[in-house]
Amino acid sequence: MARVTAGVGCSHVPAIGAAMDTGITHEPYWKPLFEGFKKSREWMKEQKPDVIFLVYNDHCTAFDASCIPTFALGCAAEFKPADEGWGPRPVPVVKNHQKLASHIAQSLILDEFDLTIMNEMEVDHGLTVPLSVMYGDVGPDEDWPALVIPLCVNVVQYPPPTGNRCYNLGKAVRRAINSFEEDLNVMIFGTGGMSHQLQYKRAGLINKEWDTKFLDLMTEDPVGASQISHLEYLRETGSEGIEMVMWLIMRGALDEDVTEVYRHYHVPASNTAVGHIILENKT
Amino acid sequence: MADKEYDDIPGTFVFDADRSREGYHLNQFCISLRLQVNRDAFNANENTYLDKYPMTKEQRDAVVNRDWNLMLELGGNIYYTAKFAANEGINFQNLAGKMTGMGVEAYRDMMLGGGRPIDGNRTKSEWKDN
Repeated sequence: MARVTAGVGCSHVPAIGAAMDTGITHEPYWKPLFEGFKKSREWMKEQKPDVIFLVYNDHCTAFDASCIPTFALGCAAEFKPADEGWGPRPVPVVKNHQKLASHIAQSLILDEFDLTIMNEMEVDHGLTVPLSVMYGDVGPDEDWPALVIPLCVNVVQYPPPTGNRCYNLGKAVRRAINSFEEDLNVMIFGTGGMSHQLQYKRAGLINKEWDTKFLDLMTEDPVGASQISHLEYLRETGSEGIEMVMWLIMRGALDEDVTEVYRHYHVPASNTAVGHIILENKT
Repeated sequence: MADKEYDDIPGTFVFDADRSREGYHLNQFCISLRLQVNRDAFNANENTYLDKYPMTKEQRDAVVNRDWNLMLELGGNIYYTAKFAANEGINFQNLAGKMTGMGVEAYRDMMLGGGRPIDGNRTKSEWKDN
């Protein structure tokens, strides 16, 4: 049977991908950020997931303002890195476990989560930066070491789904994966955050104390984290910090009692506080 | 329009359905610049290109004047306007330097120093004294 072994929370700041793509990760600005992912990359090599269920948000790339699905599941055979305005990132095409993706789609809809199904989709930095951060440099002619099932969540137009809804969706994703017959090691990534505001006069907001509390809740009290209101995210973590609801999907797919293997927190990457956590299921 | 609970947050627009409706054509113009073919067309003849997007006159003026804050005030969203800014050679961080009125260097220094603190930046009433 397929099983969910671990969850990863990770920011997906585009500048992190750009730093890797242009080979400047050793520069003083970037070094402390990337040092903090060394252990994570070793951990990934040990864990060797077969499939990553990757929760992220599209940044007006696959979806512009004309179509805004709250949850969209990638069911295509593969997903090309998109041109976001400066050419596609030089990373591999993302390959799906299409059969598992279809199974999850069917299971979630019957579990009353009304998904949008994407049979063609390009993926932007929201999806490829977490893969780059966790795997290190992988060239465009190579393969990502795991198959990837993308789940896009709308966090651009308010309101995104509630933290509670995301947490429950995560539980449903877990049920779907657990009922798939192939023997697979599946990891789930929740991406985005942490505190950041990209726009207008309050841009640059960072709330380290809040972010630290959120990381603590991820480990110790996921139900408490699922009850954080949209207003609290907006006010305390900046208008773009609200994308942390996506971490709740990851958390919902894990056991309530988990082992925190690792965390890393760094300010700044461009405008953003970068947060990262690795949680393993005990069962 | 009824007061919204998040309108009390200073220096912030929450891009909700009302803003999305107001800014639709402005945002669709901005996002079109994701593609090179459209950037070439816009850069070759700005006026002709803008005619394809039925924005209000105010919105169009904001575009022509590269008034990044006014675009947001008129329903623009940062993920969209950032594509327009990229065409102008302005990245996210430098765009923030402009929108905050701090300038690129002071903004970058603030981020290196840990960012804008949350204390004093939660509610509009806290900004009145400044």
